[in-house]
Amino acid sequence: MKSLKPILAGAVLALGLTGPAMAADPVKVGFIYVGPVGDGGWTYEHNQGRLAVEEHFGDAVETVFQESVPEGADAERAITQMALSGADLIFTTSFGYMDATLAAAEKFPDVKFEHATGFKMGDNVSVYSARFYEGRAVQGTIAGHMTQSNIVGYIASFPIPEVIRGINSAYIHAKRVNPDVEFKIIWAYTWFDPAKEADAATALIDQGADVILQHTDSTAPQAAAQSAGNVITFGQASDMSDYGPMPRVSSIIDNWGPYYIARTQAVIDGTWASVNTWDGIGAGMVGIGDISDAVPADVRAEAEALRDALGSGEYHAFTGPINKQDGSVWLADGETADDGTLAGMGFYIEGITDDIPN
Amino acid sequence: MDLSSINPILLIASLMVAATPILLAAIGEMVVEKAGVLNLGVEGMMITGAVVGFAIGVNTGSPALGFIAAALGGAAVSMLFGVLTQYLLSNQVATGLGLTLFGLGLSALIGKPYEGMKSPVLQKLDIPVLSDLPVVGPILFGHDPVVYLSLILVVLVWYGLKFSRAGLILRAVGENHEAAHALGYKVIRVRLMAIAFGGACAGLGGAYISLVRVPQWVEGLTAGAGWIALAIVVFASWRPWRVLLGAYLFGGVSVLQLNLQAAGLAIPVEYLSMSPYVITIVVLVFISARGQHGAPGSLGRSFHASG
Repeated sequence: MKSLKPILAGAVLALGLTGPAMAADPVKVGFIYVGPVGDGGWTYEHNQGRLAVEEHFGDAVETVFQESVPEGADAERAITQMALSGADLIFTTSFGYMDATLAAAEKFPDVKFEHATGFKMGDNVSVYSARFYEGRAVQGTIAGHMTQSNIVGYIASFPIPEVIRGINSAYIHAKRVNPDVEFKIIWAYTWFDPAKEADAATALIDQGADVILQHTDSTAPQAAAQSAGNVITFGQASDMSDYGPMPRVSSIIDNWGPYYIARTQAVIDGTWASVNTWDGIGAGMVGIGDISDAVPADVRAEAEALRDALGSGEYHAFTGPINKQDGSVWLADGETADDGTLAGMGFYIEGITDDIPN
Repeated sequence: MDLSSINPILLIASLMVAATPILLAAIGEMVVEKAGVLNLGVEGMMITGAVVGFAIGVNTGSPALGFIAAALGGAAVSMLFGVLTQYLLSNQVATGLGLTLFGLGLSALIGKPYEGMKSPVLQKLDIPVLSDLPVVGPILFGHDPVVYLSLILVVLVWYGLKFSRAGLILRAVGENHEAAHALGYKVIRVRLMAIAFGGACAGLGGAYISLVRVPQWVEGLTAGAGWIALAIVVFASWRPWRVLLGAYLFGGVSVLQLNLQAAGLAIPVEYLSMSPYVITIVVLVFISARGQHGAPGSLGRSFHASG
């Protein structure tokens, strides 16, 4: 009992202090991740953003995260748990958390939620995403030039607008520099399953693909390409520079840090409002990783020029004339796609031979 | 759809690689079951082997040492099962399931620092001339040593069980442990050795996933391969050659599905992922209708030398 007394005293003191000390309480920022932070891709970069928040605010902010949260019913439980534990701002960092985020947001009107890559908003739910398709345009250009077999393999995750947009953008720009190019697409139905991603990469390589694009999060396709030799890949979500200069010749790097810092600052200032953010190369949310020496200098220059044109806004990745897969006109000559159509994109463009699975 | 873009030679070569982990685990489990022990902990032993093999492989830079460590690690966790079921006579089904859960948790704990790391590369055997032969070159001579090891193991297990004295004793223990005991054979000792062998094989299979097939470590890497191995043993009615057939068949399903997709034919993923189990159920129905199932007589029964 003797030792309990000071603790009790301390607790009473702490309780007494909570009133005036309220303002100095650290803001608690939570993150829900779809994969492990060590995936080397998507979740790794979100976690880098979290670390940037910690570094920027120091003691003023406390961050928590939960990794490998499955998309589906369990996600709502994880988000609710985080809100119950006192988080003031929660980033849910995968498309499949969309409905779970909204459901949790309804239960906790005082907590701010930010859902990545989704399109459903609420009073306390913002959505944010990056224009990855701009990066895909650069990849497509390099892929079209680099392929010898004219077969580009694409490991897709789920048939959602973001992924379809990426395939279309890569295809348009590959086709522009190489009219003979053909895309083979495998739907892995996962964001992160290294064994399956490796098998998918191997299957594509076996069928003649010498360029592998991936929209899944692990580095396993890079390793499969490396052991096959003479196949090029692109880092996805993260630089994946461990696999350079071959097979990884470039990458799309997601840069979430500045956005996370800005949103945390808004909560601290009390100015947070529900917004829809969709930034690209220009705003720095999408980065293009170093193009390695395996790419000839003229191709590299062309890719970098495209990157800069996309960044400055003088060129839009979806600029007509572009037809839909069934041959009907989508964009007339010189017309650019509006964000609404892009956000809900559910069709392939002309020339892609596969069907989008239901 | 363009099926001609699937190259059957490369398809067979890559299904051999995809099937090697389950082949290793299944041939080990078959020996365990032949000794009369049902160890449902294959998944747990595999994933333990996967993480131990990866950790040792990364730290030493030698995949070979990784595989040796994986076999030892798999055997070590299998001994937990062995002591519990053979000396303490715990229920084999419950203990096996417990071993799976334990292995999944333990591997996640050990593997945390290794997520996102690259493993050392296991060189393929590049036999001059032979590897370059058309058709048989890529299928038979273009693999890494572990693929050959798995095939050699199948031959050794077949020969050992069928023709050697030790194999005869092991089968006797599995068919009727009381009779074997009456003849003076050490039932518990034979079974412990079989369990350790099964654990080592499962460990090797797991390490093949983390060191060769993927190759990296993530939590839950084996993703149900251990359960497929268990299904294969039943599918094969406890015969080594059928284990080989089953492993290549089931391993082939996943590779084939991805190849069909790349060729433009989309079969819903769910059908192909349930197919190994559906086939196993069909085989079970078939062999029970025939009346002879081929399961060892004492399978799953505890032995205690009393009276």
